[in-house]
Amino acid sequence: MLKDLFSKRRKYASIPSEQSKMDVPEGLMQKCNGCNKIYYRKEMKKSLYVCPNCGHHHSMTAWERIDCLFDEGSFQEWDKGITSGNPLGFPEYEAKIAKDREKTELNEGVVTGKGMIDGISTAFAVMDSTFRMGSMGSAMGEKIARAIENAKEESLPFIIFTASGGARMQEGVLSLMQMAKTSIAIKRFSDKGGLMISVMTHPTTGGVSASFASIGDYNFAEPGALIGFAGRRIIEQTIREKLPDDFQTAEFQLKHGQLDKVIHRHDMKTTLFKLLEMHQNGGDKK
Amino acid sequence: MNHVLEFEKPIVNLKEKIAELKSFTENSDIDLTAEIETLESRLSVLEDEIYGNLKPWNRVQMARHPMRPTSLDYIGKLFTDFIEFHGDRHFGDDEAIVAGIAYFKGEPVTVIGHQRGKDTKENIRRNFGMPHPEGYRKALRHMKQAEKFNRPIICFIDTKGAYPGKAAEERGQSEAIARNLMEMAGLTVPIVCIVIGEGGSGGALALGVGDHIHMLENSTYSVISPEGAAALLWKDSGQAQRAAETMKITSYDLKKLNVIDQIIPEPKGGAHRDLDQQSLYMEEVLKTSLESLSKLSNEELLEHRWEKYKQIGDYDLI
Ligand SMILES: [Zn+2]
Repeated sequence: MLKDLFSKRRKYASIPSEQSKMDVPEGLMQKCNGCNKIYYRKEMKKSLYVCPNCGHHHSMTAWERIDCLFDEGSFQEWDKGITSGNPLGFPEYEAKIAKDREKTELNEGVVTGKGMIDGISTAFAVMDSTFRMGSMGSAMGEKIARAIENAKEESLPFIIFTASGGARMQEGVLSLMQMAKTSIAIKRFSDKGGLMISVMTHPTTGGVSASFASIGDYNFAEPGALIGFAGRRIIEQTIREKLPDDFQTAEFQLKHGQLDKVIHRHDMKTTLFKLLEMHQNGGDKK
Repeated sequence: MNHVLEFEKPIVNLKEKIAELKSFTENSDIDLTAEIETLESRLSVLEDEIYGNLKPWNRVQMARHPMRPTSLDYIGKLFTDFIEFHGDRHFGDDEAIVAGIAYFKGEPVTVIGHQRGKDTKENIRRNFGMPHPEGYRKALRHMKQAEKFNRPIICFIDTKGAYPGKAAEERGQSEAIARNLMEMAGLTVPIVCIVIGEGGSGGALALGVGDHIHMLENSTYSVISPEGAAALLWKDSGQAQRAAETMKITSYDLKKLNVIDQIIPEPKGGAHRDLDQQSLYMEEVLKTSLESLSKLSNEELLEHRWEKYKQIGDYDLI
């Protein structure tokens, strides 16, 4: 199990922070965004991009997340071929999508499918903030809604890892309507007794925060993740007041009663497994 | 008239001219009736020309017009015996949303709407129609009650957006909006939503998951304000007019995008020119909506609601 892996003390190559101003060789080294220490990328990857020094949780791609959560070979992807159209005829939108498709090797900022966590099957959606900042457009809404519908049909739990800057501006009101579409799908799933777990990762804001991310049966977050509806800058302009540093962090949301739990990435798989195990009898309406 | 929009000025100028000639005719021996008639027919053409060819930005201006009727104005015209009820039972009463019950054509209905103020003082009290979480929770409380007592729900949408404030975040703005979206999906009574002014983002949508969604002709519905879009897309909020076009936010755009059911016409020059006429247009549409929805069983209603939103969006398969 993952936890066992990390209970063994690992040696991390760390370079004193005075040297952090040096150029970091692309690909080989990675600087921690929390404490500025420099690590071999390989080591950082082994610790699931959690800084061994300060515990800062760095972003993961959807596939890195999937690889570290699901049992090897248990994973099946759904709707890989769904990608954005350009419903508003928005200038340069297609080019931007094409560029991100090439960069991320994804067709959209979310990967959906089913897999097993220590032997228990679950449906899931994992968002990827490297694809158009994880913003939600029609393709993402469709993939998530379909994944929830599949979970309902197959009587599987549904786990979502969110990472999103909010709405996909270039799709205008259609982007907004994906909030409704996904939320209705969740309602239908929930009424059938389906278990939904939401794990908010950095960042989860705007329309994603104000729809499926916040209506799991359990709402979790990774440490330090930025979670909120409105952006800090807009709020500061509106209320003409400086906001505290921890505003809209996972810890802030926990303190204000908006989260069930903040879960360290190294404990994620075991916690999710426990929860799935405790819900194996399912809801009463299955 | 007060609050004349720039594009309306030729109309106002011509109206003034006609009034001038009329008073001249009345107070002198010279008869200008023929001239007046000519100008009046020119006025009619001019009005059709200007109001018939509004640009998206003009509609934004109409939607934001300080004289534009609010939820309470329409409630007074469309319903009888409206009783407003307050509070979310958890934190407080958010006056940016009004909710209550009333009769529509003799049948009890639950009415909920964003509520702007008519003047500065009222706007401060109502937070310019920008709700906090307790506003959405109050709305949901009333929707649940409507379901219990089998009353249709009518929502008026009219907000720049959910309030972007510190306290709103602390009390769970995201959760409040998300909860409404989810719960509205499952209510076993008809829900009819009408966008009457600005439909701004998630804060509008939180009263906007329904069986029929209608828009007044000059209202807007968008994921972000034109100013916000311009700032994000072109780092220049001054390009709001351009954003209003690009973002496709008018009733005609939303009809084309298959997001709304019907465009409710406005009197010439906008809803504020003739509240009675506007209310009649709305009454007609509301009546038809409720009649057709009342024929559906609970299962059909929910299935229809899901199908409606399921088809919204545009994506490709590769
Ligand atoms: Zn660190």
